[in-house]
Amino acid sequence: MSNPLAIIGRVFLNSLAEIGRLSQFAAVAVIHIVRPPIYWRLALQQMWLIGYNSLPVVGLTALFTGAALAQQIFVGGSRFNAESVVPGVVVIAIVRELGPVLGGLMVAGRVSSAMAAELGTMRVTEQIDALTTLSTDPINYLVVPRLLAAVVTLPLLVLVANIIGVLGGFVIGTERLGLNAGSYLQVTIEFLENADVVSSMVKAAVFGFFIALMGSYHGYNSRGGAQGVGKATTNAVVSAFILILLANLIITVIVFGDQA
Amino acid sequence: MSTTPMIEMSGVTKAFGAKQVLRGVDLSIPRGKSLVIIGGSGTGKSVTLKCILGLLKPDAGSIKVDGVEVTKLSARQRKKTLSMFGMLFQGAALFDSLPVWKNVAFGLIQGRGMKQTDAKEIALEKLRRVGLTPDVGDLSPSELSGGMQKRVGLARAIASEPDIIFFDEPTTGLDPIMADVINDLIVECVQDLGATTLSITHDMASARKIADRIAMIYEGRIIWEGDKDTIDISGNDYVDQFIHGRAHGPIEMQILKP
Repeated sequence: MSNPLAIIGRVFLNSLAEIGRLSQFAAVAVIHIVRPPIYWRLALQQMWLIGYNSLPVVGLTALFTGAALAQQIFVGGSRFNAESVVPGVVVIAIVRELGPVLGGLMVAGRVSSAMAAELGTMRVTEQIDALTTLSTDPINYLVVPRLLAAVVTLPLLVLVANIIGVLGGFVIGTERLGLNAGSYLQVTIEFLENADVVSSMVKAAVFGFFIALMGSYHGYNSRGGAQGVGKATTNAVVSAFILILLANLIITVIVFGDQA
Repeated sequence: MSTTPMIEMSGVTKAFGAKQVLRGVDLSIPRGKSLVIIGGSGTGKSVTLKCILGLLKPDAGSIKVDGVEVTKLSARQRKKTLSMFGMLFQGAALFDSLPVWKNVAFGLIQGRGMKQTDAKEIALEKLRRVGLTPDVGDLSPSELSGGMQKRVGLARAIASEPDIIFFDEPTTGLDPIMADVINDLIVECVQDLGATTLSITHDMASARKIADRIAMIYEGRIIWEGDKDTIDISGNDYVDQFIHGRAHGPIEMQILKP
């Protein structure tokens, strides 16, 4: 039977090695962004796949979340006769947290897995080796377009998600909870600050980077046939989720940590 | 013509963790000649090939391509060296996301910056060369049979008219007739180009057809090398067992030893 301390040590060392490999992969990918050639056509294709195709799922998530949030805040606020806080809390919660985080998680579920599966299949069928023998750098051809597309597209998606989320709250607030439409919009605009929007976009760009990085890293390095590709897909989604939530916490503390 | 060997390996070793795959491979392929490496599964054939291409970095030893040491090249220098190579992969390794003609023209468009219209013309010509009609060019690789995929892979390997072509198990998974068709195509294409070729296979019919010389790899070392006509009188028990496909012999002894 193995020594428990040895097992813990092995897991710790393996984790450190994995972090090292991931950091190295990320550094190589970032260096390749500034090292031509950049395959803009592939980046545009990826923007379409990531952005346009994710719109329905991200939009619906934001709509339902905004609506449910308005309902909950109304119920909670009514205990203190503070129903009027609904628009302000909805817009802050959506723009600062729920829009980017839920949008990021939904896109991670869709896109990281698809990237890992595609690149993983290319790896096990030797298509990535074939790229190299055809004088094409696989990082430039496969990874950089995905990173660029995700970093550019996620902020746009989250912007749309924020608008739809606020709209969801507005519909429930005015149609079901009896709030005045004009004052709802006025309070929403008054509560929203530039820092909220900027932090939302910064979060989205960072989340986009992690989504593409995790999908590419696990797919690019997958081994062992169909089982390896399946494992890469799962690892890509789980690690993207964790990094999104961790990055969200760090950015929130940095941007809003000093506010009373 | 230069007498420098096109490919020269000496003392190449490669291990994956505790598993030593290559234990000092020495090989030399003269310009314009065809060498076939035979050997069982897991003996280091594919690793040898990937070390030459730079897809794997050897732990020790020297690999020279056209007289240039390639084990310590920068990325830019390696890209230049790779432009001398064409390769037919075991499973063809065609890009699923591209139509057949773009697969064939890939190296010309991405590697050499050729215009798409010019590259397509060459791609269709190469497809014709391997017995495929131009309408195949617009199909997706997934719509092709295994034999057709190999032909497209061969067309891609010769599209840029490389100086060196590698064939990784070119007939694996094909019926005997299609395997012979592929072998004939390889011989014809290589003769057309005057290329130096290195093939790895365990199909003896294929080896006899496409080789000038044959080398046998066993446990990470080249244990025999000679002209293809001499393989039946090699006097090497390992080679004899392998080419006759006998279950019993020194190779089995090695497998069964504790």
